[in-house]
Amino acid sequence: MIQASGLRKQYGDTVALDGVDLHVREGEIYGVLGQSGAGKSTLLRCVNLLERPTAGTVTVAGQDLTALGSRELNRARQRIGMIHQHFALLSSRTVAGNVAFPLEVMGVPAAERERRVAELLELVGLDGRGKDRPHQLSGGQKQRVGIARALAGNPAVLLSDEATSALDPATTQSILALLKRLNTELGLTILLITHEMNVVKSVCDSVAIMTGGRIEESGAIADLIRTPGSRLTREIFPLPEPGPVGSVTLTFTGDPRQPVVSEVVRKFDVDLSILGGSIEDLAGGSVGRLRVALEGADTGAALSYLRECGLIVERAGEAA
Amino acid sequence: MTWEEMLPLLGPATVETALMVGWSTLFTLLLGLPLGVALVVFDRGGLRPVPALKSGLGFVVNVGRSLPFIVLMIAIIPFTRLVVGTTIGTAAFVVPLTVGAVPFFARLVETALREVGADVVQAAQAMGASRATIVRKVLLPEALPGLIAGLTVTVVALIGYSAMAGTLGGGGLGDLAVRYGYQRFETLLMIVTVVLLLVIVQLLQSLGDWVARRLSHK
Repeated sequence: MIQASGLRKQYGDTVALDGVDLHVREGEIYGVLGQSGAGKSTLLRCVNLLERPTAGTVTVAGQDLTALGSRELNRARQRIGMIHQHFALLSSRTVAGNVAFPLEVMGVPAAERERRVAELLELVGLDGRGKDRPHQLSGGQKQRVGIARALAGNPAVLLSDEATSALDPATTQSILALLKRLNTELGLTILLITHEMNVVKSVCDSVAIMTGGRIEESGAIADLIRTPGSRLTREIFPLPEPGPVGSVTLTFTGDPRQPVVSEVVRKFDVDLSILGGSIEDLAGGSVGRLRVALEGADTGAALSYLRECGLIVERAGEAA
Repeated sequence: MTWEEMLPLLGPATVETALMVGWSTLFTLLLGLPLGVALVVFDRGGLRPVPALKSGLGFVVNVGRSLPFIVLMIAIIPFTRLVVGTTIGTAAFVVPLTVGAVPFFARLVETALREVGADVVQAAQAMGASRATIVRKVLLPEALPGLIAGLTVTVVALIGYSAMAGTLGGGGLGDLAVRYGYQRFETLLMIVTVVLLLVIVQLLQSLGDWVARRLSHK
């Protein structure tokens, strides 16, 4: 749905994007995770060409945006929704007026606009608030207005620029739940940028981790979790890295209640002490990570058995 | 001087001031608003950056603003004659008043438009709005309270300028103050003129503040 290749963006001598490739599939929620200054905001703004990349191409819904003239680009942008960290609502308009704005831009007639605005406000849970002014709303409600406005043109793609960073944790969760619902119900493809791992954990199907204008690692979350030594796994699970020499880190991606650990102890006559671990609920299901120390005659066979059970086994001190 | 003597002087003079200020406000609005918009739109980082044009316009505005009004008024006498055919009377002074107020108002428009958040403008761009739409439906409406405040300041300044116009034959309350207050020592008339101007300015300022407040939804 979104395909960016070889994106570079330079401001004078500063390189904000240093050869970025991004592939967002239709219907998924794709998170770009990074610290401020990593270039993720520039990347997002290159997707709808708010920033024109110095080099590279951006294709959204099969259309190469970098090749379009300004009129065609404006038309293409009407099919790409965007929500903003500080909501970017017009204070001169009511809530309904804000949602109607993109419809006016598209030239939708007044009666049709009114119907669509009512529909959109209901969709985001703000029915009846149309006549309010943005300043009368809470942060979460403002972002709901922003979402309704972004959806006005029935976009194929929604871009989210740190949409929950200005919100408290409870409101963040409710906005994320709304985005997830829109993703499922409308089949909306969402590309979001964030510096919060929590956002990625709760809603994303895929993720790209950015540092210094480059994508360090990207892919489906379920795959990255299964990749030994992945940056994502290390960031999600708060185990000290690397572990003590000889310790073993086990990653469970299946049913967390499988009693594999006690099985191993019984079968192979090894002693096992737990050094640390946790379980996280990710978009694809729960994932556990356990750091253990094994002692006994047959630790090698025990580890092979764990691998056979589908666990990912990493041994500290082994070549990474 | 008695009230019976003063009223026939004060009435027409007030009307003359109102006409000078009223017409020049209208023309100032018509010329200064687009000029102020141009200063923002053509600026570096504006909707359509043409830095050379912005610098040129900025230079013209600064020239207009650096001349004291009384000097400007005299300096552009040939231009005034070209436009209205005469250089005396109330109508003739609408020209220098407008020329003096346009750069002043344009700078106030520029300041008001710069107050509009960059994120709001970008949001509109992301929606595919054209530049004209952004000016018409985002910049101007969002800046409206600031624009009203700027217009109020401009009208008050024009009342001040119009008094100077009075000394060169423009009529109005300034002319009255010079001829009767200064040249004939009519203290009572002077006091009445001062009070009248004070009341007019106070009323206009309060009206402007009230409208700006009504329109602001921050």
